[in-house]
Amino acid sequence: MSGGHESNDDLHHELKLRGVLGWIEYRLPIFNWINNAVGTNYPTPKNLNYFWNFGALAGVALVIQILTGIVLASHYVPTVDGAFASVERIMRDVNYGWLFRYVHANGASLFFAIVYVHLFRNLYYGSYKYPRELLWWLGLIILLLMIITAFMGYVLPWGQMSYWGATVITNLFGAIPIIGDELVLWLWGGYSVGEALLRGFYSLHYLLAFVIAALAVVHIWALHVHRSNNPLGIDIKGPQDVLPFHPYFTVKDLFGGSIYLIILAALVFYMPNALGEADNYIPANPLQTPAHIVPEWYLLPFYAILRAIPDKLGGVIALAAALLVLFAVPWLDTSKVRSARFRPIYKQLFWVLVADVFVLGWIGASPAEGIYITIGQLASAYYFLHFLVLLPVVGKLESPRPLPDSIATAVLEANRARAGGRR
Amino acid sequence: MTTEPKGDGSRRDFLYIATGGFATVGAGTAVWPFIDQMNPAADVLALSSLEVDISGIPEGHSLTVKWRGKPVFIRHRTAVEIQEARAASVADLRDPVRDQDRAQKPEWLIVVGICTHLGCIPLGQKDTDPKGDFGGFFCPCHGSHYDTAARVRKGPAPRNLEVPDYEFLTPTLIKIG
Amino acid sequence: MRIAAAGLALLSLLPATALAAGDAAEPKKVDWTFNGPFGTFDHAAARRGLVVYLDVCAMCHALRYVAYRNLTEIGLTEDQAKAVAAGHDVTDGPDETGAMFKRPGGLADRFVPPFPNDNAARFANGGALPPDLSLMYKARAHGADYIYSLLTGFQDPPADVQMAAGMTYNPYFPGHQTAMPAPLLDGLVAYEDGTEATVDQMARDVTQFLAWAAEPNLPTRHRIGLSVMIYLILLAGLLYAVKRRVWAHLH
Repeated sequence: MSGGHESNDDLHHELKLRGVLGWIEYRLPIFNWINNAVGTNYPTPKNLNYFWNFGALAGVALVIQILTGIVLASHYVPTVDGAFASVERIMRDVNYGWLFRYVHANGASLFFAIVYVHLFRNLYYGSYKYPRELLWWLGLIILLLMIITAFMGYVLPWGQMSYWGATVITNLFGAIPIIGDELVLWLWGGYSVGEALLRGFYSLHYLLAFVIAALAVVHIWALHVHRSNNPLGIDIKGPQDVLPFHPYFTVKDLFGGSIYLIILAALVFYMPNALGEADNYIPANPLQTPAHIVPEWYLLPFYAILRAIPDKLGGVIALAAALLVLFAVPWLDTSKVRSARFRPIYKQLFWVLVADVFVLGWIGASPAEGIYITIGQLASAYYFLHFLVLLPVVGKLESPRPLPDSIATAVLEANRARAGGRR
Repeated sequence: MTTEPKGDGSRRDFLYIATGGFATVGAGTAVWPFIDQMNPAADVLALSSLEVDISGIPEGHSLTVKWRGKPVFIRHRTAVEIQEARAASVADLRDPVRDQDRAQKPEWLIVVGICTHLGCIPLGQKDTDPKGDFGGFFCPCHGSHYDTAARVRKGPAPRNLEVPDYEFLTPTLIKIG
Repeated sequence: MRIAAAGLALLSLLPATALAAGDAAEPKKVDWTFNGPFGTFDHAAARRGLVVYLDVCAMCHALRYVAYRNLTEIGLTEDQAKAVAAGHDVTDGPDETGAMFKRPGGLADRFVPPFPNDNAARFANGGALPPDLSLMYKARAHGADYIYSLLTGFQDPPADVQMAAGMTYNPYFPGHQTAMPAPLLDGLVAYEDGTEATVDQMARDVTQFLAWAAEPNLPTRHRIGLSVMIYLILLAGLLYAVKRRVWAHLH
């Protein structure tokens, strides 16, 4: 932009800057750094579809969370007696306080939605495979930290769900043999969920947001080493396969970002409490448990896996394993082909897994009784079956469809076919 | 495919500029809540007025009350103090205001007790306090002297002590703010 | 010990869930003025609801997050709001002697609760705690419909239901037995605007009032929301056009 640079053909174009920008660039080459990261000098596979928006969208969602969170933190009171009232004061008296709180609460939900689509896109197109295993790991660590951060954030309003959610989740650590009880006491900093835990969660909730931001930078760094995967899952062979990130993908991401903002605004302005629990508008009461404790929707599948095992320790292990198994996916998947487009059997299995996760989410929201228990156990078993058995076996047995020679030829053929269809 | 006519630079430029401008307007608007949330909240604004019963302050004594988090000096002035305040030559003052324009009732001086220099609280409310060279208030931080109408007479303070909005609801009850 | 107790609470939780789940009757659906994307509060109804709250509900239920100054938002004049506030004594202090004292409420005060604390409230209500109503609209599933259904849903228990002592039958309440006796009777309050104070009318009015009390920013939210949505849809359209232009000359 700033360099008066016009040509899109020359991909490896260093920005030549004069004047003030040139003075800065000579001392701190930040403009070329940006240009190499998201500018004209970052070659991107030309065939990326709209699912590749979700990485950038996650970044936008994180920035929105941090900005609104800073505002909320400056009006919030992290004490057992003051927390609930301070949130109500934000909602009623602080100028635009309701807007910040609703954006933060619904923004968290959408952040997870975006990251889940991002993650499943990875699973479908095999983006986690060589040489992007570490990139995948960094993403999973970010997801783990997001879960912890979101859980801590949910405790802060100190409503009934906050309190009992904190009680139930921290009690999970009591399942650990020998040290469990001591560990829970340590987490609470007392004999029950209370002042010490609330203040600790407040501090860590704020801190972890910035840890996530730092890891996101490392994640993007790792991405830039081997560049984006693409829907064909084949490597970039030359300049004919790529387009400069700017303006082609900046504008595509901006368009996707505007759609995301429309969805966020619809939630914030017209159904701000639709994704929340009514019980969290009741102040925390340590003497009465709400009738129906459920986590936020984005944790329901994990909650279902936790409850599927009729044993405290077993449930906790299953919960941890459900997340940890994802770290092993690059090695559990034995297929040499990345994209599910060329893997007829894996493609089916992918959609079965998606359905399975939805079933787990539904079970997580249902009472743990009767048929729900059985369904929950079957769905949990399938979740592990998919990763631990089907993924390695199918990779060996399946005969993939032939891969195109290059991204460029595939794109050309697709265009020709579309043009032909129109005629 | 869209069939883009060649050499359509102006129309394309217009679209880009319009979109950029439109997005900038939105981003600019979105900044406002971030600024406004730092303005006093509704409950803070609601607390802005304070009623004080002044019947218990004998002549020559003072009361300090807290209003909007700041000290307000309420002094029941003696005839001598009033006379001194009115005798001063207004034209020679750094911040020239007549005593009549500062005190609604001559015997009651009501001012915000914050030095206009850098915000310290001047001495002079207690009988034992130093009252400065002009018998009113003395700020120990940087040596500003105020007279019996709390007007600055000496030292670095640029203005007189501020007179808040107040009214006498009854002869012994005032509402500040 | 506490850990064990918490653990027990945790264990007892899941079966309890099953019991309480589809227990209460589905609330009656009402087309409230504040429903929908253009919804807003009916101020006249909310003001009538204030009368019902003050004359009936406020005997037992607090409204501690709402301030008297807020009443001007539903169309009370400042003097009327002051008069409501002055009808309640606020504990303030300490004074010069160190003692707490009572003074009439002012606009800046929040609604004075009927009982000084939860224990006093329980003691006066046979062990049951009347909940604060400030957030009732948001703190119950089906919000407004639930409040209205509950208030109009008191009835004689079916023959096969064994009522506990001091409880009233109401199918909309989880468990069907509530410690609250039917609070509304036809003609219980006198409306200044001449509206007939039937149970149904009073229930609708107080629901309007409580919805406003819980979400006073709803009208602002809907108004800003409309502008934001129009803006974002236009922006998305423009960005889509830009995206098409940028990508066009590739093909």
